[in-house]
Amino acid sequence: MHHEGLFPYSDYAEVAVSPDSNEAQIYTKVGNEWELKQTLAEHDKLITAISWAPQTNRIVTCSQDRNAYVWTPVGDAWKPALVLLRINRAATSVKWSPREDKFAVGSGARTIAVCSFDEENNWWVSKHIKKPLRTTVLNIDWHPNNVLLAAGAADAKAYVFSAFIKGVDQKPEPTVWGDRLPFGTICGEFSSPNGGWVHDVAFSPSGDVLAFVGHDSSISIIYPSGPGTPPTAHISIRLPSLPLLSLTFTSEAQIIAAGHDCQPLVFSGSSSGWTLTHSLDDPSATGTRALTPSHTGSRVSSGGPGRLNNEAFQLFKAADSRGQSKTAIGSPTSAGMTPVGQDGLLLTVHQNSITLVEPYEWSSTGDVAKVSTAGKDGRLVVWPVVGKGLSGRMAGLSV
Amino acid sequence: MSNTLRPYLNAVRATLTAALTLDNFASQQVERHNKPEVEIHTSPEVLLLPLIVSRNESERVLIEPSVNSLRLSIAIKQADEIEKILCHKFTRFMMMRAEGFIILRRKPLPGYDISFLITNFHSESMLKHKLVDFIIQFMEDVDKEISEMKLSLNARARIVAESYLSTVS
Repeated sequence: MHHEGLFPYSDYAEVAVSPDSNEAQIYTKVGNEWELKQTLAEHDKLITAISWAPQTNRIVTCSQDRNAYVWTPVGDAWKPALVLLRINRAATSVKWSPREDKFAVGSGARTIAVCSFDEENNWWVSKHIKKPLRTTVLNIDWHPNNVLLAAGAADAKAYVFSAFIKGVDQKPEPTVWGDRLPFGTICGEFSSPNGGWVHDVAFSPSGDVLAFVGHDSSISIIYPSGPGTPPTAHISIRLPSLPLLSLTFTSEAQIIAAGHDCQPLVFSGSSSGWTLTHSLDDPSATGTRALTPSHTGSRVSSGGPGRLNNEAFQLFKAADSRGQSKTAIGSPTSAGMTPVGQDGLLLTVHQNSITLVEPYEWSSTGDVAKVSTAGKDGRLVVWPVVGKGLSGRMAGLSV
Repeated sequence: MSNTLRPYLNAVRATLTAALTLDNFASQQVERHNKPEVEIHTSPEVLLLPLIVSRNESERVLIEPSVNSLRLSIAIKQADEIEKILCHKFTRFMMMRAEGFIILRRKPLPGYDISFLITNFHSESMLKHKLVDFIIQFMEDVDKEISEMKLSLNARARIVAESYLSTVS
């Protein structure tokens, strides 16, 4: 099981997650526990992304069945409305725009569908950004001005497009990305340093900085100078770890990114340079990693990872009758290998790749105070972002 | 463990750990399909460079990573005819029961003796480091197993020959 999307909704502490299936589940925090409140079942293939609009209280989900649904609350239930995406491959990512009047859907059909509501026909219609995309769009992010859209694709490039829709958007203020922005304008095109697929893109809170992570274990931060000119700074950090999958800005000078290394990493810097400062979950640090609250929900009948692996192993053992079983416990020191504890589990909280990092709570200064991470191990963990040093673990749940 | 085996296995372990960074990726070519890209080979941009880790000319491992799947093929040491036959029988036995082994491929790649196909679904449902441990364990054991079988085969042949020849002498 793993979560594809999680979205705390205003004060109510609710999250919507997809446990690696065609259903989305809404959990509510009751005291110290998370309770399953609702199941949104309309898709017939794996849900790839969920986005929750906090002000208008709507959820949009997209799936590999090529569809997206907008869910609106009606009493206690959620009512789905099909979106006319007009794509013929899987939808990979979805995100509400900051003003929540549009959303964008990235897809494997080499297009991004920008959707807005058509009052006349009472449905969601889409406009396509096609050029110059030639491969699957892996992730998208909105600029705070509601018009610009960043996208990361499997051709190792990150793009910035204009998603200006007449009638929905006011003419935007000029930004460092450009001043004249008809729909589909390419405002930027950046490559990852060693040609890795761009797994995630993010704008900084002001929108003047773009960051993206690539499969070549790199994180790139771009400070644009203006339309038509090369960026003032294009900083790429290459990491000794496994590739990152997701990132989020917590302030103008701090990024939290996570991925196949199972631990969230904190980067900080400015246009003069960025560095990896620390990990929020350093496996070499001592201390217990007990999660509060304890696990909620029940395991699927197919069993946990250990059991499956063990079964395969038992079969192999039976096949070669004299094979001996000795588990390799130790702490490999080479790059990209997370140390394994005595119980055979990783020393990090997440036991498998982290697929999503999202802001969870904002402090009074406007910076992100807590982030949540969701992993392929079915865990959703909330981390406090303290300036420096060790951080405690606040809450976690497992479904 | 001999001196050259350890660096060989360490190299395979490091490569495998790095290659096991798989993601769910729906097909770009066919609607509503989700297939291992390393087997389909239709989207060149989602395939990574294949890599061979070789201990000597007869023992090597080919690792072919892609966005959502990984193919690992092993060439097992075969010094003589007996080892060749034993290795063939051994791998055949397992590959005929491939669905029981979950990550085993039904056919090896040409030039190799046994192949594994690990998809993102496997790396999601099983612990990734355990999968790597398992493959390394398998590589360690398969040599031992075959040489043990060879020894017992030779011993048996000697006993049979002795008892047969003792009747005619």
